[in-house]
Amino acid sequence: MAIFCQACRFLITVEEKSEVWRSQETRVAEIKTSTFFWQKKKAPKRWLTQRVAGRKLQASSSPRGAPHLITTSLRPDHLTCSILLFSINFPTNRKHVLLGIAGKDFVILAASKAAMRGPTVLKAEDDKTRQLNKHTVMAFSGESGDTIQFAEYIQANAALYSMRNDTELSPSAVANFVRGELARSLRSRSPYTVNLLLGGIDPVSEKPHLYWVDYLASLAPLPYAAHGYAQYYCLSILDKHHNPDISLEEGLKLLGLCTDELKRRLPIDYKGVLVKVITKDGVQEIPFDNDKIVRSA
Amino acid sequence: MTEDAPGRVAWSFYVFITFAIPNCYYHQLSLTTIFSPEGRLYQVEYALEAISHAGTALGILAKDGIVLAAERKVTSKLLEQDTSAEKLYTINDNMICAVAGMNADANILINYARQNAQRYLLTYNEDIPCEQLVRRLCDLKQGYTQHGGLRPFGVSFIYAGYDHLRQFQLYQSNPSGNYGGWKATSVGANNASAQSLLKQDYKEDCDLKEACAMAVKVLSKTMDSTKLSSEKIEFATVGKTKDGKIYHHLWTADEIDALLREQGLAKVDDEPEAGDIK
Repeated sequence: MAIFCQACRFLITVEEKSEVWRSQETRVAEIKTSTFFWQKKKAPKRWLTQRVAGRKLQASSSPRGAPHLITTSLRPDHLTCSILLFSINFPTNRKHVLLGIAGKDFVILAASKAAMRGPTVLKAEDDKTRQLNKHTVMAFSGESGDTIQFAEYIQANAALYSMRNDTELSPSAVANFVRGELARSLRSRSPYTVNLLLGGIDPVSEKPHLYWVDYLASLAPLPYAAHGYAQYYCLSILDKHHNPDISLEEGLKLLGLCTDELKRRLPIDYKGVLVKVITKDGVQEIPFDNDKIVRSA
Repeated sequence: MTEDAPGRVAWSFYVFITFAIPNCYYHQLSLTTIFSPEGRLYQVEYALEAISHAGTALGILAKDGIVLAAERKVTSKLLEQDTSAEKLYTINDNMICAVAGMNADANILINYARQNAQRYLLTYNEDIPCEQLVRRLCDLKQGYTQHGGLRPFGVSFIYAGYDHLRQFQLYQSNPSGNYGGWKATSVGANNASAQSLLKQDYKEDCDLKEACAMAVKVLSKTMDSTKLSSEKIEFATVGKTKDGKIYHHLWTADEIDALLREQGLAKVDDEPEAGDIK
């Protein structure tokens, strides 16, 4: 397969080496090339070595880390110069399910319980959430090392703020802090690839807040949100059934609709979801029926 | 050899100083702020003394806002009468402060406060809570009472601000780095008499208008001249608009004169005055 990268204007050929390639993971592929593109020039050595050094293609090439490999095409006349090992790191692990629903006086966060590495499930009772303070919870997905490191870094900073100032950060303050930290990290040598949902109740106004943050440090306050492949299945359901005044019961029912759809359509066993609910009284883990059997059409 | 040369130079320099100055002058060297045998920090006390010669500044907390007023010392008729404030400064969208003491020192601290306020806004997308900003400034001030070779800042501040955690707040800080929240307070020349006047006149549930009246009254009694004018005082308020937005406002000369006329404290034109420099 040959891949034309619009960002760096090179045509490279890639030979598929592992099964992982297909499941869109960190992948190791053998590349036969180091050629041309415009004017049949040789690729600058630096360009190749940068990638060979194990740097993330994603982070090293296009400045905002936008998907780097854009179109694929076949070119039979490419020159073969060397065989290189090269790791393409796709932004984040999209197999994890993160869902968030904000209602009248609550926020629900649901995170899949499977810890995965490649096609393997390592753990079925993983908790992908961290409580930041009395009324704010963060759910995260992405590269497995980065996620916990980043989440606990934020958790520690929120705790430090509470200790120093005898007040707690509001959900919006936490969200903006998180965004700032991610933006800073994105422009460093080794950015965190973490996607987040942040839910909380503002202690002063007692209004629910839900924030969607991705690894490119975009921040969006939303009434409902999802990360990963789950987005493709759940957002339409949420579009149809959500309104800002729903009660907690209705919210949980809505979450049920989403997980049913995931079971019906998503070809990944994400081992059910862990559900956390934030109300003005604090954070609670809610027992959720993950064993319901849903049949595909 | 070459690497430790700078260290040697510094060390020999130190030896030179200790031998060159007789022991009896040693306490005047004061390379660092240190406790006196009575347990006092003279440098801090001298700084407080410097402030007590500065023009008075006062602040009054009302139920719907805060007023800050300050006396501007007119040193010479030849001096360009600047329209800009020299004793009242805005720190950010919901905080202002009044200064008593050395203006040059105040500029440094105000710049620091403004930077910190904006940095907080950048980090959290929220305005900094008033007390936090006051504390950050006081941490800086405190540092100068402890580190060697530096003198403390010769400035006291009165801060007026609003945040949604504690609504309207009034703080005062001094060169030692101490701060406190007040209902009404004053700094600078005659602050003791201003303070006792405030204590007498302060009403718990006064509104901003009454507080403004009280402020000019107290100021007129503590200043040398009984008749005031917009050249001699500065005025600022923090309040809430009808739609709940926080505003702060540094008063223009016309607004101050109008208030003075209303309170019967305005100077009648062409009337020579004791305090005026001829």
